[in-house]
Amino acid sequence: MSVVVFAESWNGTFKKGTFEILTYAHDVAKKMDTKCVAITIGEISDDVKVLANYGADKVVSITNQFDACDNKGLSSALAEIADSEGANLVILSNTNTGKTIGPRVAVKMDASFISNTVDVPSESSPLLVKKKSFSGKAFEMAQSHADKTVIALSPNAYNIMQNNNDSCDFVTTDCQVENTNVSSINVEKASGKISLAEAEIVISAGRGLKGPDNWGMIEELADLLSAGTACSKPVSDIGWRPHSEHVGQTGKAIAPNLYIAVGISGAIQHLAGVNSSKVMVAINTDPEAPFFKAADYGIVGDAFEVVPRLIEEIKQFKSSN
Amino acid sequence: MNILVCISNVPDTTSKIEFTSDSTSFLTDGVQFIINPYDEFGLTKAIKLREQHGGKVTVVNFGESTSEPTLRKALAIGADEAIRIDGAPTDSFLVAKELSKVISENNFDLIILGRESIDYNGGAVPAMIAELLDLPFVNACTGLTIEGTEAKMEREIEGGKEFVSSSLPLVIGGQKGLVEESDLLIPNMRGIMTARTKPLAVVECSSSSGKSSSVSFEKPAAKQACKMVEAGQEKELVTLLHKEAKVI
Repeated sequence: MSVVVFAESWNGTFKKGTFEILTYAHDVAKKMDTKCVAITIGEISDDVKVLANYGADKVVSITNQFDACDNKGLSSALAEIADSEGANLVILSNTNTGKTIGPRVAVKMDASFISNTVDVPSESSPLLVKKKSFSGKAFEMAQSHADKTVIALSPNAYNIMQNNNDSCDFVTTDCQVENTNVSSINVEKASGKISLAEAEIVISAGRGLKGPDNWGMIEELADLLSAGTACSKPVSDIGWRPHSEHVGQTGKAIAPNLYIAVGISGAIQHLAGVNSSKVMVAINTDPEAPFFKAADYGIVGDAFEVVPRLIEEIKQFKSSN
Repeated sequence: MNILVCISNVPDTTSKIEFTSDSTSFLTDGVQFIINPYDEFGLTKAIKLREQHGGKVTVVNFGESTSEPTLRKALAIGADEAIRIDGAPTDSFLVAKELSKVISENNFDLIILGRESIDYNGGAVPAMIAELLDLPFVNACTGLTIEGTEAKMEREIEGGKEFVSSSLPLVIGGQKGLVEESDLLIPNMRGIMTARTKPLAVVECSSSSGKSSSVSFEKPAAKQACKMVEAGQEKELVTLLHKEAKVI
């Protein structure tokens, strides 16, 4: 028995989500009185050694190379190691990669797959775990009917804790991977921006901003707070902002610590994608905007007056803290 | 081109989500069901590909007879024929297995699914089909062109985009970008009339259970009342976010 966790790295470094699932896997392993094994890709560098600080008992590093699109090869390598480690639980982050390879790993291991989980399993046999459902409008207790389960943990749902393990074992392995049947042509990185999946603060704006030229103040506020930028569906549909920024039921579901919505009325479809945020602030001219029913803090006012003043106050706050 | 579009029958995005009094299942009373929005992009894309390359668009749904109006709508939008696998889609593995059976019994060049369904949000079925049938798989796909027997695609990755290519047949987990929102096809009167006579085959579900199930549901705890800050008092908001909410 063991709990195996896929420590996903983006461009060679681990992001917050990786430490969340590692803490989660460590806690689950402790509860099940078993060991926690982290699988990662690449050589054992100082970056990789960090995994021992979050409770890994063993780190297996795969030396094979994978393109981002190679979900076949990567899932075959993960399943191979998970099986050889005797895993009855495999944990991934519910990122694009996690959602793409998790189900494949589950099929290979004859395991069940449960995504969007928000807590450690409340029972282990049969496994019972809480997950988000209906696009954030509800929670569900999901039960596994298989001996093994693959879990994809919702980002920002679990607090990171340091659990230093001085006796963590590091090994490298070269897997017999299945050849990919999708080839990468090239990768285009969004330049210098904080991705919505990892942003702790997100500044979002809607039609209340009246036009794409008015986003400067949103970007300025986001820069000040090291935040990601997002938008409502109508704004991405009319092309004011890229689709990748659309948050809501049919866009991205996000769960930052702080979500500031400017000029977004708060339709039920929008709230579905953002209501897992820990704290929400609504800024809107309409006191009847539904967002004020969902938000923690609100300002009724014109975005073009409120946001610049907020920027000044944040600047002052930052210079005195 | 022979294209299969897999359709989930889901509650309308404006639906209030309620559960039965014992909290064990979703209450469908008074809920309008629609084509899963992610699948809708795939359906329009499939019809556009048929216009370019010829061929046939088949839609398939795993569901009970209550999902037939949604399949008829897909036919009205322009699909040529429909298949309904008769059963309750209780688990993503069960759905993937049954869809894989339909796929392996036919010759599809392209299998398009939505990246996830907006009800249970498992997001697992496309990848599971690819695994079960050993087909190339591109998830979070935001662009697709077909040249001969090769597909070129754009897909979303963490912090950017990746451009990829693959041979056919191929499984796609699609989303907005496959076509734009403004290009989504809607049924016209002629479509609605012809949809009534287009073939809708019902096939038996061959397996009985999946690998997981939903045991109970709950709604998120009600939020406390929103604390209002006067416009002009933005400093107070910053203080609240720092001292009370502790998020900055």
